[in-house]
Amino acid sequence: MHSAVFLIEFGAIILGLGLLGRFAGRLRFSPIPLYLLAGLAFGEGGLLPLGASEEFVAIGAEIGVILLLLMLGLEYTASDLVSNLKTQYPAGLVDFTLNALPGAIAAFLMGWGPVAAVVLAGVTWISSSGVIAKVLGDLGRLGNRETPVILSVLVLEDLAMAVYLPIITALLAGVGLAAGSVTLAIALGVAGLVLFVAVRYGRVISRFVSSDDPEKLLLVVLGLTLLVAGIAQQLQVSAAVGAFLVGIALSGEVAEGAHTLLSPLRDLFAAVFFVFFGLHTDPSSIPPVLLPALALAVVTALTKIATGYWAAKRAGVGPKGRWRAGGTLVARGEFSIVIAGLAVSAGIEPMMGPLATAYVLILVVVGPLTARFTEPVALKLMALRGNGPAAPAAAPERVEARVDVRD
Amino acid sequence: MSTTPLPGIGVQYDLTTREHRHLSVIAHRDGTRSVNVYRPDDPDACAHSLHLTSAEASSLIDALMPDHHSPSVLHTTDLGLVAERIELSAHSVWNGRVMGDLRLRTETGASVVAVLRRADAVPSPGPDYRLAGGDTLIVVGTREGVDGAAAILGRE
Repeated sequence: MHSAVFLIEFGAIILGLGLLGRFAGRLRFSPIPLYLLAGLAFGEGGLLPLGASEEFVAIGAEIGVILLLLMLGLEYTASDLVSNLKTQYPAGLVDFTLNALPGAIAAFLMGWGPVAAVVLAGVTWISSSGVIAKVLGDLGRLGNRETPVILSVLVLEDLAMAVYLPIITALLAGVGLAAGSVTLAIALGVAGLVLFVAVRYGRVISRFVSSDDPEKLLLVVLGLTLLVAGIAQQLQVSAAVGAFLVGIALSGEVAEGAHTLLSPLRDLFAAVFFVFFGLHTDPSSIPPVLLPALALAVVTALTKIATGYWAAKRAGVGPKGRWRAGGTLVARGEFSIVIAGLAVSAGIEPMMGPLATAYVLILVVVGPLTARFTEPVALKLMALRGNGPAAPAAAPERVEARVDVRD
Repeated sequence: MSTTPLPGIGVQYDLTTREHRHLSVIAHRDGTRSVNVYRPDDPDACAHSLHLTSAEASSLIDALMPDHHSPSVLHTTDLGLVAERIELSAHSVWNGRVMGDLRLRTETGASVVAVLRRADAVPSPGPDYRLAGGDTLIVVGTREGVDGAAAILGRE
């Protein structure tokens, strides 16, 4: 009987998500906000509390986070990460300063503790690579001069996640300074080691995992990822980081294959994760945090625009492209929710969940719009201020990150 | 020609033409390609971005090859004669039928001078030569004759 109720509930959730996703597709925007809203509508204080499937949804959500991070790791090769870190680290620092600090300051202003401040800093810091990649494709801007700049900022943020997640995991676990430092040292050591091994011996690992048969490849990659994530969790490093490092370590053909095989799984469990997050947020707690969320969204949208502008300027992109780069980076999404989710499950700050939900809902919808309209609006404002739109600079020769191919 | 890696997307190849126009091709990791041309007023932005499947990209490459010829293998258009390669599709009604059934010469005045099958060519196939889907026929005739032959061979 119990299993029948579970199947009905879980089936209804998944079906509902599918229909919402279709609706989002018709409106041409990311389904993430709709999934969150669906979660809000059910669960605590919502229309229809779920009973039987609660536990499974919780586990599904955890797997969703792991798969999100694994796929993120698969997107990049270790050499991508290292070369980006070498050439673009100033952009990464500016990104951190301009976007993480407002989150931390906002947390202090609201009278939250230092741990909550670190978490909220992460929520406002990390842009959504998923939403941004889609927006770039939709707007036909993949070939633009500013696109490599945008992507390298995203890569640096994702790499920073590997350092940042163990830190908040340790903080949230409430370990003391000494124990925390040990955890952090272990985490960084492991992350460094994996990066090193992946750069050096990526082929060997991939050969071990490689299989011509999709079924076996799926099982091996998924099993390995969950196992490593579990061990990482046990070491207090954070399961997500473990999964991310597995993704980094796999390269070449295996990464391609795993990517195609795991995409549908990732979509399923990530959707479950967003619903789960919504389920654990009481809709009645949203209105009180709406104003702070809106203020935070406005401020961090502007700081992201500034970040993109600066990074693009540094790469020698013309003024229009600088505004485009800034506007494109505004979207926040899955990873802000992942970070907030860790805090919510640790139960540190009751307002964290509602605030993060409202914040992401705003920016995931606004992000694609700023990507589209920042450039024309900025140029209009410039023209109004009387200094006129800057003449498109003659394209200077791009020097960095280029390899001349002689053929 | 220069390359820029686009982490998470693929690789971008840039080319600046002799007329100082810039175009780029993005090789996506899923095998598709985007061809981008840039705006004259903002050289950093794509004016158009065409997304091509791998099959479409192959056709485009064929058309762009400098040593690529028109389908005509006889450059005798000034004499009023053309020769073309016509491929027989697997769904063609002629798949498995013999040359005689085509009655090409009677109907159109065009002749089949050779059939190319995989790696070998059969010169002047007789009326009892059996065709198969995937064969390429070299047809010679007047412009109208060859077009007529193409129409007959295209029946499915």
